[in-house]
Amino acid sequence: MKVRLKVKRHDPEAHGGQASRYSDYTIDVPEHITILDALLEVRDYHDGSLAFRYSCRSAICGSCGMRVDGRGRLTCKTKVTDLVKTEGQEILVEPMGNMPVIKDLVTDMEMYWSKMDQVTPWLQPADPGPERENLVSHEAMLDLAQTMGCIHCGVCVSDCPVLEIDKSFIAPAALAKAHRFVDDPRDAKTKERLEELSAVKGGIWDCTRCNMCVEVCPKDVRPMDRIMQLRELAVKAGVASGTGARHGEAFVDSVQRLGRLDEMRLLPASVGLWNAPRLLSEMPGALRMLRAGKLPWNHALPWRKPIAGIKHVRRLFDRARREKKEASS
Amino acid sequence: MKYAFWPGCVSKGACPELYDSMILTCAKLGIELEEMYDGNCTGAGVISEHEPKLADLLNARNFAIAQKMGHDLVNICSTCQGVQSMVQEKLDRDEEYRAEINAQLAEEGLEYKPGLVIKNFMWVLVEDYGLDKLKEKVVRKLDGLNCGPFYGCYILRPSRILGMEEHPERDHYLEQIIEAVGATAVQYEGQDKCCGFPILTNNRKNSLTQAGTHIGSAKDQGADCLVTPCPLCHLNLDAQQPSAAEVIQRELNVPIIHLPQLLGLAIGIDDKLLRMNRHVVGTQAVLDKVMAAVEA
Ligand code: SF4
Ligand code: SF4
Ligand code: SF4
Ligand code: SF4
Ligand code: FES
Repeated sequence: MKVRLKVKRHDPEAHGGQASRYSDYTIDVPEHITILDALLEVRDYHDGSLAFRYSCRSAICGSCGMRVDGRGRLTCKTKVTDLVKTEGQEILVEPMGNMPVIKDLVTDMEMYWSKMDQVTPWLQPADPGPERENLVSHEAMLDLAQTMGCIHCGVCVSDCPVLEIDKSFIAPAALAKAHRFVDDPRDAKTKERLEELSAVKGGIWDCTRCNMCVEVCPKDVRPMDRIMQLRELAVKAGVASGTGARHGEAFVDSVQRLGRLDEMRLLPASVGLWNAPRLLSEMPGALRMLRAGKLPWNHALPWRKPIAGIKHVRRLFDRARREKKEASS
Repeated sequence: MKYAFWPGCVSKGACPELYDSMILTCAKLGIELEEMYDGNCTGAGVISEHEPKLADLLNARNFAIAQKMGHDLVNICSTCQGVQSMVQEKLDRDEEYRAEINAQLAEEGLEYKPGLVIKNFMWVLVEDYGLDKLKEKVVRKLDGLNCGPFYGCYILRPSRILGMEEHPERDHYLEQIIEAVGATAVQYEGQDKCCGFPILTNNRKNSLTQAGTHIGSAKDQGADCLVTPCPLCHLNLDAQQPSAAEVIQRELNVPIIHLPQLLGLAIGIDDKLLRMNRHVVGTQAVLDKVMAAVEA
């Protein structure tokens, strides 16, 4: 089949406006090939100057991450036919985002590794260590195994929208890795780790839960789910005092009380109605909403009616919580 | 065409204009809605974050209520859709777990049977109602109105639970609907990204930078307004827009229109009934364009 590629080029040594440009290639290849195969075809037979990184070609080494059709992907795991739906459709290949480009499709992973470093990605066992080897249950390792599947391709970091606007964000891969150590029964620094991850700039409460990393990760690490686990562990360990945690509690309480959400508490514009400093900082937003009729002030009245089935909703709350308590005791 | 209608909490609270425009638009399109008055909040992902089983119970209760009503479920919130799809996937896959959940619903005389169809209004329009039929209902072609689609995260990701295998175009429906009512869909960087809403309380600057950046990029591409199927996105993009403009230090002033409002305008519903005046960022420029197209 004929495949049309539009490839972003970057030559740091080029002068003038030539540093970044696009090259178009049309190649004739078998249908089953991957994006990486297609790039190899280009490099070997059409344009030897095209630079990209790869090694195993089997979704193991994590070298071949790029942005294809606007999304981070492992190119040796993405087939051309996954993307080309209509004959002659062009495939756009660019280097990963959020990281500097060294040449063409090769990104500088320095920032990726420094974030990895930031979460102390090794076990810190109790001192003195155990007399003999640690015995760990299968259950305890199950969740961790998924995170250990990370091949450090950087695709999630490439596409994380928070990192785009805040370089201090520790970003999905390293936070997922942090969970792998926080939740490891052999690690003795659980609380310290959680404190750090909660308090540090760019920590676990800065994730917007956008699911982008879950979507793009080729190894199903689901970094965002790991970040949510970290949040829950932080709340449990009593180290999460930020608004993120409080916000969650207020929300859940309201559903228990009314069966519905009480925006007067959830809505950021009103988060501090009973908290003067907070209220002042949110004042412009709250006033704007009030003026547009968007602040449901009547919802704050104590006699706001819950839904008809509220007693059943509350029963579900009680049951789930009792079970949870029993499970943990 | 009749649906069990889950309005979500936001349309009943901070975005009443969404609720009203949905009711009026559906009535005029001939889509019957039977509201799930006794439904409970989906938990918006916040409950599942801390108490997954509780969230499953609460959502299963809603599903069972819809099944008791005997209709497919329609929601008008990307977040509702995301949470509902996520829970449904779990329940449908695992019979044992489902039995456990159902045991607790039984006391209320409810039971969830796998396979309930749960669709966001945007999906209903394209898949059940049909764009051709929609086109026939258009009495005010929105010629010349440039709309930037804004989807919201949870109706796009994770795609594995959102029926994208079966309906691979679901991430293009907004554009298709915008074009069907005669307006122009503007493509821009950020249309499938996050509006930043979930971190508004704990990292205001990051949240508003995200909202502002996306609005700005749509504006750069010539958008007169953004159209969204999610009231939570609407809140961050509309109510917070003046603050977002301050944070990113550029003028924005881009109205944020709910999907049913866009349809309502096109099928000839009065803009006051659609409560186009209930926005923080004024919608007059949009209305002027709509009227100009009608007069032309
Ligand atoms: S994973 Fe890395 S080291 Fe192992 S085979 Fe692939 S390229 Fe070689
Ligand atoms: S879910 Fe969180 S970590 Fe993952 S991409 Fe979105 S913001 Fe980044
Ligand atoms: S979490 Fe997934 S996407 Fe991110 S670096 Fe690891 S394997 Fe790649
Ligand atoms: S997700 Fe949003 S709109 Fe949907 S039920 Fe919950 S709070 Fe209400
Ligand atoms: S080349 Fe090794 S993961 Fe793609």
